Amino acid sequence: MAYSEKVIDHYQNPKNVGTLDKSSKNVGTGLVGAPECGDVMRLQIEVDDAGMITDAKFKTFGCGSAIASSSLATEWLKGKSVDQALAIDNMAIVEELNLPPVKIHCSVLAEDAIKAAINDYRAKNGMEKIQFEESVVH
Amino acid sequence: MLKLPIYLDNNSTTPMDPRVLEAMTPYFLQHFGNAASRNHPFGWEAEEAVDYAREQVAKLIGADPKEIIFTSGATEADNLGIKGVFEMYASKGNHIITATTEHKAVLDTCKHIEKLGGEVTYLQVQPDGLIDLKELEAAIKPNTILIAVMYANNEIGTVMPIKEISVIARKHGVLVFTDATQAVGKIPVDVNKDGIDLMAFTAHKMYGPKGVGALYVRRKNPRVKVTAQMDGGGHERGMRSGTLNVPGIVGFGKACELCMLDMEADTKRVSKLRDKLETSLLLLEEAYVNGSREHRLPHVANISFKHVEGEGLLMGFNKNIALSSGSACTSASLEPSYVLKALGLGDDLAHSSLRFGLSRFTTEEEVDYTIKAISETVIKLREMSPLWEMYKEGIDLTTIEWAAH
Repeated sequence: MAYSEKVIDHYQNPKNVGTLDKSSKNVGTGLVGAPECGDVMRLQIEVDDAGMITDAKFKTFGCGSAIASSSLATEWLKGKSVDQALAIDNMAIVEELNLPPVKIHCSVLAEDAIKAAINDYRAKNGMEKIQFEESVVH
Repeated sequence: MLKLPIYLDNNSTTPMDPRVLEAMTPYFLQHFGNAASRNHPFGWEAEEAVDYAREQVAKLIGADPKEIIFTSGATEADNLGIKGVFEMYASKGNHIITATTEHKAVLDTCKHIEKLGGEVTYLQVQPDGLIDLKELEAAIKPNTILIAVMYANNEIGTVMPIKEISVIARKHGVLVFTDATQAVGKIPVDVNKDGIDLMAFTAHKMYGPKGVGALYVRRKNPRVKVTAQMDGGGHERGMRSGTLNVPGIVGFGKACELCMLDMEADTKRVSKLRDKLETSLLLLEEAYVNGSREHRLPHVANISFKHVEGEGLLMGFNKNIALSSGSACTSASLEPSYVLKALGLGDDLAHSSLRFGLSRFTTEEEVDYTIKAISETVIKLREMSPLWEMYKEGIDLTTIEWAAH
C-alpha cells in the first residue's frame, strides 16, 4: 500500500514532536490508544488565559498514518480556541491526508487525543469534563 | 556499487537465479510439448525434461524420483498432503496433530478438515518456537493418522526437531507430514534420515520460478498414499491431474541442483552476514530476537525493537529496503502476527518486529546499509514515541490503564 505524499511528508518532517510540562495548569494532556493495538498517541495543548491554544505537541507510537494524523492535529490546534478545537473532525484529517479506509482509525485516534487533552485541561481548571459519544471505529 | 532498493524479504520469495532462467527458456519456445503426449518428439522431449528435473528434485531431499508429485506450489502440496491423507486413511482414524505456528496453508487446511468431521490438535509452541516433544507424544491417540509440523518457520526461521518427531510418530504408527517450504535448499533435508512420509516444498523460495512446487510421498517403509484432490487426466501417478508445467518444473529441477551444489558455501556466507546484521542491530537498546537462535535457518532473523511500531518503522526506509513486519496495522483486525503471539510475545512486541530474510545474492554492502538505515530510524521514531519516553522515565507500561480501543 502506498502512502500519500502528505503522509510521507509528515512522517519525514513531523511537526511539533515533543513534550509540554504536564503538571502545568495550562497544559492539557491526552493519551489514547494502546500498545497492544499498535498505536498510542499523546497529544498536549497549552492554553492561555483567553482560552486560546498557544502550543501543541505530540508523541506517537504507531504507523506512518498515525504519526501523520497527530502531527497534522497539532498544526491545526495551534492558534485555535479550545471551542474551535473541539470541532475538529476526524474526517477532515482523513481528507487532508488522503488516508485509505484501513487507516481511518488513525484519524479517529487523533480526534480522541484532542478531546482527551481538552478534557484534561478542563479538569485541571475546575471545569466539568465534556461527555463525548463513543468513537465509532474502535 | 550498492544498488537500491535492497531485497531482504527472501522468506516471501527469492529472485530467480539466472542459471535457472537459462535452463527454462528452451521449454517455453522450442520444446513446448505436453509431457503427456506419448506419440511425438515434442512430447518425448518434454517428458524427458520432466524426468530429469524429477531426479534433480529428488536428489536434493534424498528421495526416489517416483516419490515426487509436482504441484502448483507449496500451498497445493500442503492441501494435497493433508487432505489426501485424511481421505485415504479415513478407515484408520480422523485425528491430526499440528502446531499453532504453522503456515496458513496448513492451519486453514486443518480447519477445513475439522468441518469435514476430522479432529485436529493444535500444539502450543514454547517461547523459542519449538514444540514440546512430550506434549506431542501425549497428544497421540488411537485415531491419530498424521502429525503435520513444519520443518522451519517462515516468520522466525525456527527449525523444528523433525527427526525426533518422526521417531515418536513411527513408534505409534502415525504418518509425518512436513511443510518444508523454507528449509529445502537452505539446510540439509533428507526424507530418509529425517523420517518424513510426506513433504511440501516449492521452487520460488530457493531461487526457482513461482507456480511450481512438489509433494514428496513416501513409497517404501511405509508405502504412503494420498487421495487426489484434483481429478482429471491422472497425471503424477493419479495423485495430481493437470498438464505439467514443464518450463517451471525444469527450473525447479535446476534450482534444486544449484542449491545442492552451493548450499555449503551459501550457508557459510549468508549466516555470517545474518549474524553481522543481527549483532549490530542488537546494539540498539531494547532490541530482542524472536524465536530460537540455536535452532534456526541460517539466513533468517526476526527482531523486535521495543516501543517502535513495525509498520511505522518500515516506512522509514521501505523505499530502499524490502522487509516484512509482524505488525498488521493495515489489516482490519489490527491483530499482529499469530506466530509471534504464539511464542508468548505481548502484542506490543509483536507489533514492533521486523523479519529479515537474506539470500544467496545479499551482499555485505547491503547489510551495512540496512544496519545504518534501521538503527537511525529506530532512534528517530523512539524520540517521537510516548512509550519510549515513559520507559525512559522508569514508568512500568503494564501498570497503565490504556483506553480500550
